[in-house]
Amino acid sequence: MAKSTIDLARRPDVLPSGPVPEDVCVRFVNVCKAFGSKVVLSGLTLDVKRGETLVLMGPSGTGKSVTLRHVIGLLRQDSGDVWVEGHDMSLIKPLELFELRKRMGYLFQEGALINWMSVADNVALPLMENSSMSRSEIEDRVREKLKLVHLDGVWDEMPGEISGGMKKRVGLARALITEPELILYDEPNAGLDPEISQSINELIREVADTLKITSMVITHMVSCVRTVADRVVLLEGGKVIVDAPPQEFLNHEHPRLRRFLGKDPD
Amino acid sequence: MALFRGFIEFARGLGFQVGLFLQVIARFPHIPKRRAFISSQLYGAGNKVLHVVLLVSFVMGMVLSLQTGLVLADYGQQDKVGIVVAVTMAREMGPFTTAIILAATVGSALAAELGTMAVSEELSALEVISVDKVSFLVMPRVLAMILMAPVLTIFADTMGIVGGGFVAQSQLGVGSQLYYDSALESLQGLGGLLAVPKDVYGGLMKSMVFGAVISIISCAEGLRARGGALGVGNATRTAVRDSIIAIIIVNYFITWFLYQK
Repeated sequence: MAKSTIDLARRPDVLPSGPVPEDVCVRFVNVCKAFGSKVVLSGLTLDVKRGETLVLMGPSGTGKSVTLRHVIGLLRQDSGDVWVEGHDMSLIKPLELFELRKRMGYLFQEGALINWMSVADNVALPLMENSSMSRSEIEDRVREKLKLVHLDGVWDEMPGEISGGMKKRVGLARALITEPELILYDEPNAGLDPEISQSINELIREVADTLKITSMVITHMVSCVRTVADRVVLLEGGKVIVDAPPQEFLNHEHPRLRRFLGKDPD
Repeated sequence: MALFRGFIEFARGLGFQVGLFLQVIARFPHIPKRRAFISSQLYGAGNKVLHVVLLVSFVMGMVLSLQTGLVLADYGQQDKVGIVVAVTMAREMGPFTTAIILAATVGSALAAELGTMAVSEELSALEVISVDKVSFLVMPRVLAMILMAPVLTIFADTMGIVGGGFVAQSQLGVGSQLYYDSALESLQGLGGLLAVPKDVYGGLMKSMVFGAVISIISCAEGLRARGGALGVGNATRTAVRDSIIAIIIVNYFITWFLYQK
């Protein structure tokens, strides 16, 4: 059993102030966020290294999705600092955020595909809207990304005609179409059967290994931790309470982690 | 306190709608890029409601003809019924009836579509892939409504006059030649280049404004929807209610502007 508990939340000084080092893709320093009287993040301090796959675990309502939404700029912190790719997210201008988002991908829980557009149009959308690529170049890129997520034959189908697992794959293809440097997964396994869930895990690992991109993954599944994680953190009360490599994390003695994982993880 | 909170909420909603309208205007240069989607929205808006507009305005013309014809008959003036029906349909009932039908059908559908996208995170997805929501979703819908409302109003005016003529002939004993001659003569023309009667173009202007009001309110409510199916239901109900109230208020001011002596 591992003995060390890396409690960053109680040591906000653990991350130095000043410029964010080149090898750090995402940095949270003592970040607080509340919705009305409900405090969700209460001093979150966290680094994500470039090229690393970080898995965020924790009970519902501990701020995992809120953390990802700060990274993509859908939410703004009440206090503290959030740095993404060298940008201070509290000072970022709309146009800079617009450009920064082109370098990021986000996989929503339910895929969030546009319901009245075909699979191919959904995947092509970011390029159709924001690139000067020709129609045929975009089609080639869409084919390439659909192949990467093992959906070669799917093209004209509408989102309502495909399964939940396929929707997530299409969502992932859309997130990858701009060839991002950072990709965020919000519960990629939620609502999937174990077989499809494992195939999504393997896909996340494959994407990370093939494209060498930084990933942040929210999950409740130990199988996801085992397959995709380079590092795992446990959030509780809007803070990091355990931060460790996957094997060390799964064997950790922290009582909250043991209670969260239970006797029979997964 | 509740009244104050209600006022703040109303002001916030109105501010959002005005802001959205200004953003839509700023996106008009994107029209060429969105022409395919605008066409599909035009077709959708027209195709979904044309039969309703035709039926309702035909019956509306019949009712108008019967109500006014019976009163005019008391004074031996029933041959003037064509004037009353034509002017009323062109100035008021055509645009108003079309607007109410559009609010109840297309407006509610707009609010429900965008509301569903909001609660299923599709709008957030558009934001994170750097797609301009106003240009992509709102501007084509608003423009389609602005263009389609007057087209439907022309159908409504025509069907209302035809419906009135049917009643004038069958129940009031007014010959169809006399009815249609008086109806057409009553619509004042400006002459010259602008040869469209003022009653007609005034009504069409009204309907364009109604189209803009309905689509902006419906899109705004859809975009602001929160909280699953209940939120979508609330957004749809609010969109239809507010659209009808706004149409009635705006109608008064346009009428005052166009016809004040």
